[in-house]
Amino acid sequence: MNVVNEMNLSFSAKSINESFARSAVSAFVLSLDPTIAELSDIKTAVSEAVTNCIVHAYGYQGGIIYINAKITDTNKVIIKIRDKGCGIENVRQAMEPLYTTGGEERAGLGFAVMQSFMDKVSVRSTPSKGTTVTMEKAIIRCVKNERP
Amino acid sequence: MVEIENNENVMTAVLSGDIDHHRCAVIRKKIDARADSERPKVLVLDFSRVQFMDSSGVGLVMGRYRQMSLLGGRLKVINVPENIDKVFRLSGLERLGVME
Repeated sequence: MNVVNEMNLSFSAKSINESFARSAVSAFVLSLDPTIAELSDIKTAVSEAVTNCIVHAYGYQGGIIYINAKITDTNKVIIKIRDKGCGIENVRQAMEPLYTTGGEERAGLGFAVMQSFMDKVSVRSTPSKGTTVTMEKAIIRCVKNERP
Repeated sequence: MVEIENNENVMTAVLSGDIDHHRCAVIRKKIDARADSERPKVLVLDFSRVQFMDSSGVGLVMGRYRQMSLLGGRLKVINVPENIDKVFRLSGLERLGVME
């Protein structure tokens, strides 16, 4: 599996950038000609991960969010979303559906959505240092327009 | 982002565009301010014009469900597009009986 395209992005952990982040990743992935449903899944997963950085990792105090996205020659998208925030003490608990420390207006579904909408999600976190969420999704190649 | 009409105790909030954590804060304030002052019997959240939603939208619905319960009214969620319904299905919100 070789990487055929890659992008890096860093931006302020401000909620107004949630839309920018998912749009940027979505534009990058477009070269794989994903379906609308695949693109919607990726946008939703990115939005969840970026929101987690803003709300939980940096606690609304600001910081920098880093996104690295790769496309492989096997039509896979690999997205890493990293922060240098507070980190997660108990990753397993944080990934349980409905678990949240973000108040009653947060659904606690961020990781559940990422896991459901992407093929693979892994989380590496060190308390006081930060968290990296890595998500993968294979884009099913549409062959109807290809020449025989 | 949100247009609100109140007609004979039925308040309808038509949501549009993207619903994420950033936009939910504004939408929530607008709906709660109107509902608190006008006390409708039914609050309808109309998702027909929503193009994108993450789980923040589920929090928005859960919060309005709680608010309407406190006000003695009820909540209805209507016209959910297919791509957004996937997030609602994952949340199990249908158990609240608000989805139409």
